Amino acid sequence: MPTDAAQATLPSPMPLERARATRDPVPPVRRGAAARWQDAAFERLTQGFALLVLATLVAILVALGISAWPALAAFGPGFFFDSTWNPVTNIFGGLAPIYGTLVTSLIALAIGVPVSFGIALFLTEMSPVALKRPLGTAVELLAAIPSIIYGMWGLFVFAPLFGDHVQPILTATLGNLPGVGALFQGPPNGIGVMTAGIILSVMIIPFIASVMRDVFEIVPPVLKESAYGLGATTWEVVWNVVLPYTRVGVIGGIMLGLGRALGETMAVTFVIGNAYRIKAGLFEPGNSIASALANEFNEASDPIHRSSLIALGLVLFLLTFVVLALSRVLIARIAKGEGTKT
Amino acid sequence: MEKSAPSPRYRKRLLVNRFNLAMSLGTMAFGMAFLLWILAVLVINGFAALSPTLFTQPTPPPGSAGGLANAIYGSIAIVGVATVVSTPIGVLAGIYLAEFGKDKLVARATRFINDILLSAPSIVIGLFVYTVYVARVQHFSGWAGSTALGLIAIPVIVRTTENMLHLVPSSLREAAVALGASMWKVILKVTLRAVRGGVITGMLLAVARISGETAPLLFTALNNQFASADMNGPMANLPVVIFQFAMSPFEDWKSLAWAGALLITMSVLVLNVLARTVFRQSAVR
Repeated sequence: MPTDAAQATLPSPMPLERARATRDPVPPVRRGAAARWQDAAFERLTQGFALLVLATLVAILVALGISAWPALAAFGPGFFFDSTWNPVTNIFGGLAPIYGTLVTSLIALAIGVPVSFGIALFLTEMSPVALKRPLGTAVELLAAIPSIIYGMWGLFVFAPLFGDHVQPILTATLGNLPGVGALFQGPPNGIGVMTAGIILSVMIIPFIASVMRDVFEIVPPVLKESAYGLGATTWEVVWNVVLPYTRVGVIGGIMLGLGRALGETMAVTFVIGNAYRIKAGLFEPGNSIASALANEFNEASDPIHRSSLIALGLVLFLLTFVVLALSRVLIARIAKGEGTKT
Repeated sequence: MEKSAPSPRYRKRLLVNRFNLAMSLGTMAFGMAFLLWILAVLVINGFAALSPTLFTQPTPPPGSAGGLANAIYGSIAIVGVATVVSTPIGVLAGIYLAEFGKDKLVARATRFINDILLSAPSIVIGLFVYTVYVARVQHFSGWAGSTALGLIAIPVIVRTTENMLHLVPSSLREAAVALGASMWKVILKVTLRAVRGGVITGMLLAVARISGETAPLLFTALNNQFASADMNGPMANLPVVIFQFAMSPFEDWKSLAWAGALLITMSVLVLNVLARTVFRQSAVR
């Protein structure tokens, strides 16, 4: 029987390349029809569940698309450029929450990225070996704290402190600068776009920092050692060798943080103030897509109101989808060792 | 032992280095400070509100005494159902990716989408379950809450299962195949057993992830002031109760919210640490 011969060659010691090849499922040769059928069925079964993941994505897009359609049809593309949000006259435009989502996320990145870089630098280059794991875990625990806890802490502890002690100082100093001064205006009560952005930054630091740390660690030691050998300081090694080598992955990590910040709901809902307006001042109350949904969806009784909110949800989903897809592509590139070498 | 004086240029480089490393230390301290600050606030406010009645009495109307018993029960039920349903789905999908799919297009697409769903905004998942389930049956329910949380848990379990299966040496599979076992038996009885710890890790991480989720429950399980074990009706659960009570103007509700916040954070952190230390080691071994 030819199949017997094939089987006999299998367990013999083989070179490494062959060994990798055998990780593919060995076709169930020389086995009864029942076993073959079972194997095929098992593969189909697991494949079915994997496809379920794909189906979920499609289902989300289709379901939200259908439910959002009445609003999109009624208001047209103007929905995205109109900042009117009036549940009484049933005129809805999504610009204010879309703007709020983007601005809070940008503030979060502006603070979160440098801090995450510092943390990743500390964990990879400076930390004593014994502290690396505990400190790394501690940073990741920041991501484990539920969003709603950030919200309570933000509303009851951080916002009053920020409003009483930090905002007046910022308004009095940075607020006088030409140009950017307009950003630091608003009622000093701690509730607003800026507070939401700061809390978001703390929430996304663990995501960005852990990606940065992981990509920093894949830099070949010989590269760093060469630079040290030439007399470079630690900072020069990180800035001129590690960072250029891992640039793609670092951007991927930042995108991951952005994706998280865009969709973050409860923490923002507590502190953003829930006001549909667009003002230059970052201390003014505002709204984000997620906070608008959390605040209003259950109270929205009119179908067009509901549909408008779902349209906002669809926008949020598409936005995060693009950002996260980009992040995933970039991180995958560096993980394969294709980091740009400049 | 004479040292030549460092050039101004060199001194500047050293200075820049020292300054930036100090900043790096500062950022680490910044991160830790926030972690400790949040935990301290939680412990101080939460412990003050902690009492045995928390676990025995249902949520009160404002102004009277009560606990969180119905919310705790609801959370456990909703999260429990979500975990029980999503774990096999996630594990089987993970098996496909690691054992059958590999580099096939379907597998690569699934992996890609799974990673995106891992970080997708949970409120959108809640919205999705609302449109396809709650809006159809016309009432909020614990089942709907479990569905939303399950959808959030699946990607976590898929990811960890696949990663863990990759750690299994191929010699183990080969040995089983050589003994004449069929593929599905090899996977279920050998490979999967070898990574039991890893699968449990994934499950724990998924439970930790979903038990603090509030946004998806707002549109699905909602809340219920009364003690109710009916999964087919609106159901109290810790996150939504915390949200509602914290936003309320009543002091006794706020202190209950802090107690709930402490309970939920401590369980989530314990689950996380457990998953990272105890089970991860047994999986890699």
